[in-house]
Amino acid sequence: MADDRAAATASGTATPPDGQWPLWEVFLQPPRGAPFEHAGSVHAVDAESALQNARDVYARRGEAVNIWVVPTTAITASTPDDVGPFFDPGNDKPYRHPQFYSVPRGVRVY
Amino acid sequence: MPRSTTSPVGRPVAPPAIAANTRPALAQYLLRLGDDRLVLGHRLSEWCGHAPILEEDIALANIALDLVGQAALLLDLAGATEGAARDGDALAYLREAIDFRNVLLVELPKGDFAFTIVRQFLFSVAAYYQLEGLAASAHPDLAGIAAKAVKETRYHVRHAGEWVIKLGDGTQESHGRAQSALDALWRYTGEMFLADDVDAALVGTGLVPDLGTIEPQWRAQVTDVIERATLTIPPAGYMQRGGRIGRHTEHLGIMLAEMQILQRSYPGAKW
Repeated sequence: MADDRAAATASGTATPPDGQWPLWEVFLQPPRGAPFEHAGSVHAVDAESALQNARDVYARRGEAVNIWVVPTTAITASTPDDVGPFFDPGNDKPYRHPQFYSVPRGVRVY
Repeated sequence: MPRSTTSPVGRPVAPPAIAANTRPALAQYLLRLGDDRLVLGHRLSEWCGHAPILEEDIALANIALDLVGQAALLLDLAGATEGAARDGDALAYLREAIDFRNVLLVELPKGDFAFTIVRQFLFSVAAYYQLEGLAASAHPDLAGIAAKAVKETRYHVRHAGEWVIKLGDGTQESHGRAQSALDALWRYTGEMFLADDVDAALVGTGLVPDLGTIEPQWRAQVTDVIERATLTIPPAGYMQRGGRIGRHTEHLGIMLAEMQILQRSYPGAKW
């Protein structure tokens, strides 16, 4: 247990100052091998209980065949300030899109 | 609970080729299995809205629903085997405490969180090995129910086992509460493995596993987790018994009064 706690601290999941247990983000893989999708978050003191809580909260009705749990602190997210520089430039540079180029004759388009 | 006369797999419930003299023992055995789960499921459901954190609230409610679901299937099958025109609902809601056949362990009040978790662990490990044996039963409907239930129970063991270790090897407070729970509950564990004439009548038929083979497996797994939790197994002593023949603690009647009040007050009520 002491080892678990040390490990949790090392991975940035120590009990935060608000007194709640550390937060974990939950990703589910739907049946048939579709990509993992973010489902929500759970509180838990370690990875095993985060996995169990994720199963109980998000996957008890057959929604998933696989679960990932990730310490929320391990996620680096873009911020609203990034919206302009990150996501805007795409559309005014149409040559960046493959549709900009006409397909040569003789190439089959699927 | 479904009132149909077919099993979950759609075959007629009336079991094939059960010798007439084994039938009462089998009905009794199924009643024991079903009552253990119905009573423990109800005790767990008492945590709904009261568990320490939201995630655990949902987990305990899930386990309660698993157990009540198992009870519904087993009591329906018990009723069909008994052949006295009682279905699972009649068995669950219209019997007195003296007619229930659950072990005393499951009817004790839910106590604190440590008590609930330690009890769940002690019960689920035994249930797991018993269901594993029952999944190989010569009785196809019972084998089918057990095969489904054993998967659920495996998760219950994992969930409760992790908690026992966390509580036992946690703070001084949680360790003390877990040890008190273990001390209070230990004397109720022996009844789960107490074989009587009901078991004796069935073991040779290939319908049910021998309880004598389950206890060592239970003891090994329980000892392992208790040690990892830095808890101490109480010294061997007198084991409580009586639930299997209808001699219950005063707690069961109070629980049933709450569980059964709707059907008792409005017989046949549905919604």
